[in-house]
Amino acid sequence: MSFPFYVNPEQMAQDKAEFARKGIARGKSIVTVEYDQGVVLVAENPTRLHKLGEVYDRVGFAGVGKFSEFDRLRKMGVQWADVEGYKFSRDDVRGKALANVYSQILGEEFSRSMKPFEVEVVVAEVGDPELAGHEGNSLFKIGFDGTVQDQEGFCVIGGSESNLQSHMQSNYREGLNLAEALALGREALQRAENGTPDLPAKSLEVCVLDRSRNGRKFKRLKADEVAALLD
Amino acid sequence: MRFWDGYKGSSFMELINDEFPQLKCDLSAGLHGAGTLPETAHGTTCVGLRFAEGALVAGDRLATMGHQVANRDIEKVYATDGYSLMAIAGAAGPAIEMARLLGVQFEHHEKIEGEPLELEGKANTLASLIRQNLPAAMQGLVVVPLFAGYDRRRHTGRVWKYEVTGGRYEELEFDGIGSGSIFAKESLKKSYSTGATREDAIGMAILALTDAADEDRATGGVDLERGIFPRVKLVTEEGVEEVGDDEIAQVYQGVLESRRRPGA
Repeated sequence: MSFPFYVNPEQMAQDKAEFARKGIARGKSIVTVEYDQGVVLVAENPTRLHKLGEVYDRVGFAGVGKFSEFDRLRKMGVQWADVEGYKFSRDDVRGKALANVYSQILGEEFSRSMKPFEVEVVVAEVGDPELAGHEGNSLFKIGFDGTVQDQEGFCVIGGSESNLQSHMQSNYREGLNLAEALALGREALQRAENGTPDLPAKSLEVCVLDRSRNGRKFKRLKADEVAALLD
Repeated sequence: MRFWDGYKGSSFMELINDEFPQLKCDLSAGLHGAGTLPETAHGTTCVGLRFAEGALVAGDRLATMGHQVANRDIEKVYATDGYSLMAIAGAAGPAIEMARLLGVQFEHHEKIEGEPLELEGKANTLASLIRQNLPAAMQGLVVVPLFAGYDRRRHTGRVWKYEVTGGRYEELEFDGIGSGSIFAKESLKKSYSTGATREDAIGMAILALTDAADEDRATGGVDLERGIFPRVKLVTEEGVEEVGDDEIAQVYQGVLESRRRPGA
């Protein structure tokens, strides 16, 4: 009979975390910024595979890292949201609850499986002035090990996070308009170690959660709309 | 919800079937036992027609239960997404649920795949929902909808009618469903013109619904006392538009004037 080798749990968690961080650092970053009418999500992504997506009326998704993993998380979020909305009502689908779902999955996957997820995701929710207790926006950042951070104003995920974070910290202010928020997001992305200087509009994937829209607030901006806003 | 081994397709209906069977809208299971089906809300006239810019769907607002009024301002015309409309006739409960489920299905597909279904795909989705309802229909809970939308590929409005087995037939001009549809279709047969303008299309629809309400007691007309008007929705390249009550009232006044007996 063979005995499994003893592995120090602390060591194992550290190794897994290091592995996950390496995977995430290889990819491009995403910046999420609040503006006067909602939330704008900005990713450096010249491909047609999306990193940003619509989850529900007021909820959007952003993911970095391994595509197969964060896209599965995105789809699962859509499944979860549509089932909740169908079972209860459209107003009952909340960003915080989705952040919790993601946290559970990532946390469990981190401690149970050999290979942790190499992803970080953001759940962005635009506030609804008519819905008591949910007037404000929320940005939840969920790490590869299931840690959740509730952030205000802006949220950065992906490689070179600290560069982007410090740029956002010193330049973000409340009440930006969409063009300003987008420009700020792009500037931050350009500061990434693997970032591209002078990011053209067509290399950006930009989505908004626009409070002024009816029903579904999520909108994917076309390249010419992005270019017009950046001009 | 299971993660890696969970349902991975883009269909909300299949997701429900696979993972949330308790949410399934399957009424046939409860219908096998003895006993008779209690009366359900019925009675309708809805019409759908094509016009120059797209398609129009209109319906009355009355629901009846036998000889009694069940509801005076029920909604029978639903926008199932930004470019499609569905009108319902038959058992109100399952029909309204079907419209809701269809809306969720379209939206779910659009979000999972990143782009919406083509109109043809939407019409087929509804056909499969009706087919699934067949056991319940055999017990009396018949749902016969009408589906219309704007086909962004072909740049035209399109209208479909269905039968209880899920049969799906495209109509090139107009169609009607419900107890008063025979009268509405007779009316449209005379008033319909291909490539009509938006105003003419609304006029034809209101005229058809007024004719149906005149002959069929289970179809509601304009209820001036309570200010309830038929529902008229249009779908064009710009998306779905609901015609306002004021505009409908004006058209209806015109119909009344033309019908008024001399001296009355």
